[in-house]
Amino acid sequence: MHKKTIAQLAAGLRSGDFTSIELTQACLERIRRLDSKLNAFITVSEEQALAAAQTADSTRAAGRGGALTGIPIAHKDIFCTQGVKTSCGSRMLDNFIAPYDAHVVERLKAAGAVMVGKTNMDEFAMGSSNETSFFGPVHNPWVDTAVPGGSSGGSAAAVAARLVPAATGTDTGGSIRQPAALCGISGLKPTYGRVSRYGMIAFASSLDQGGPMARTVEDLAWLLEVMAGFDPRDSTCVERPVPRYAAGIDAPLTGLTIGLPKEYFGAGLSPAVGDLIQAAIEVVRRLGAQIKEISLPNSHLAVPVYYVIAPAEASSNLSRYDGVRYGYRCIQPRDLEDMYERTRGEGFGAEVKRRIMVGTYVLSAGYYDAYYLKAQQVRRMIRDDFIRAFEEVDVILGPTAPTAAFDLGEKTSDPVQMYLSDIYTIAVNLAGLPALSIPAGFAAGRPVGLQLISNFFAEERLLNVGHRYQQETDWHARIPPGYE
Amino acid sequence: MSLGPSQVREIAHLARLAIDRNDIPAYVENLSRILDFVEQLGSVATEGTAPLAHPLEMPQRLRADVVEEEDQRELFQSIAPATQDGLYLVPKVIE
Repeated sequence: MHKKTIAQLAAGLRSGDFTSIELTQACLERIRRLDSKLNAFITVSEEQALAAAQTADSTRAAGRGGALTGIPIAHKDIFCTQGVKTSCGSRMLDNFIAPYDAHVVERLKAAGAVMVGKTNMDEFAMGSSNETSFFGPVHNPWVDTAVPGGSSGGSAAAVAARLVPAATGTDTGGSIRQPAALCGISGLKPTYGRVSRYGMIAFASSLDQGGPMARTVEDLAWLLEVMAGFDPRDSTCVERPVPRYAAGIDAPLTGLTIGLPKEYFGAGLSPAVGDLIQAAIEVVRRLGAQIKEISLPNSHLAVPVYYVIAPAEASSNLSRYDGVRYGYRCIQPRDLEDMYERTRGEGFGAEVKRRIMVGTYVLSAGYYDAYYLKAQQVRRMIRDDFIRAFEEVDVILGPTAPTAAFDLGEKTSDPVQMYLSDIYTIAVNLAGLPALSIPAGFAAGRPVGLQLISNFFAEERLLNVGHRYQQETDWHARIPPGYE
Repeated sequence: MSLGPSQVREIAHLARLAIDRNDIPAYVENLSRILDFVEQLGSVATEGTAPLAHPLEMPQRLRADVVEEEDQRELFQSIAPATQDGLYLVPKVIE
């Protein structure tokens, strides 16, 4: 059962080949047996999962239910789940039981999906390797000594190892796409505003966006259809109808123009990754797409812009962790200031503290114009590059990450080297565009991801190209050794 | 842009973060490295470019001015570190 996609599992549930209870028990059994090697889960919610599976079975027995009714999923531990711990990968929230569900959790629950647990992640989603988690690093299912990517590393590893058919993730600078690439699965970052951020713990609010992670693009389409949609509780959520994403994925690619940004194929790209992306270009060319070289001239500025804007927003968002209303509080504070400083000093890990300090510095009097205002100006230039490109092409194609998965510990001593692993994903967040990462092969046994970027709210186009590509290739169907 | 230990201590104080004295040299090095890296933005010509705060540049949506939330004080305070009589407890601030 663990090898099946959501589409196949839904067919099995519908025809009565197995029940949601059986399916959920099989997932829980695999998690129990295999997750000690991966550390992909922070919390496994067995009791709630079995109750939800029971409900799903009754719904199906009554002749109701949709594509996701009875399908087990995992949520990244950044989404608030009523009654189940939401730690955000941090000591600060190790005791936090949210009093409500995030919008995405509510929607998937209403659609009948069965939550089996909460996945590991970089602390407050700040990291590209899952090594900043308070709960320890996640191991890549393909190579035990390699990182799974981050920050949604637990979700990516759990899906790749076939512990769950799908999981949620969030993407602020590449946190869905980069781990999807490094673990050999499919992941979609929707347009900013497409999916409500209500109940999704905030990191950088003008960049954060939740999205689905699964093995196939078809499954992403089913998930997005449920996750997307208007929610007045997120003031930036866009009031716009949700297309039936799965309906359009088979369309032919004839007449489609795909742009290759020359800046994404430059010196920083590993030759092995470059070769696989070239092979993927040939596949979409054979499917009828026109290929055209384009330029995104300000691409090289995306990472520095991000490391001003994201820490600035984070320093403001994370000021709420003060030890007063919820979460960690230091013991025996001398006075209020001591309580704030020690609570935050002890509750946050090193990378989170670094980013809060960078944000505090760039927003401080005398430095605001030189850093924050400047970064916002360059942000517009980066976005305008994409707007110009989409006058010429329908989809932009390139690598998701410059290399395959690196080793645990390889980049922990130099934050800037770690930041550069998101060099091809970050500009998309700054511009607010949707982007997809899908498996495109292996470099020395480690998965490599292909990134597709489209115009605002054109997720259908991405899913269409990704699905057609997956009809021609079988990279997404490969299973890591030891997890068959 | 290089920071010194006293600047790092000042920033940590502004952010209300207690930093172990032994960790200061590592923060000095890492924060300086990050700021050096973002410094390259200084040489970009941006005259006449308006700052972009939000990718969709949409106006803030307003809702009708009516009560929508119900009182859930007990529920929210059930996860607080310390409360009494419906209030959050913190160390004494007024002598």
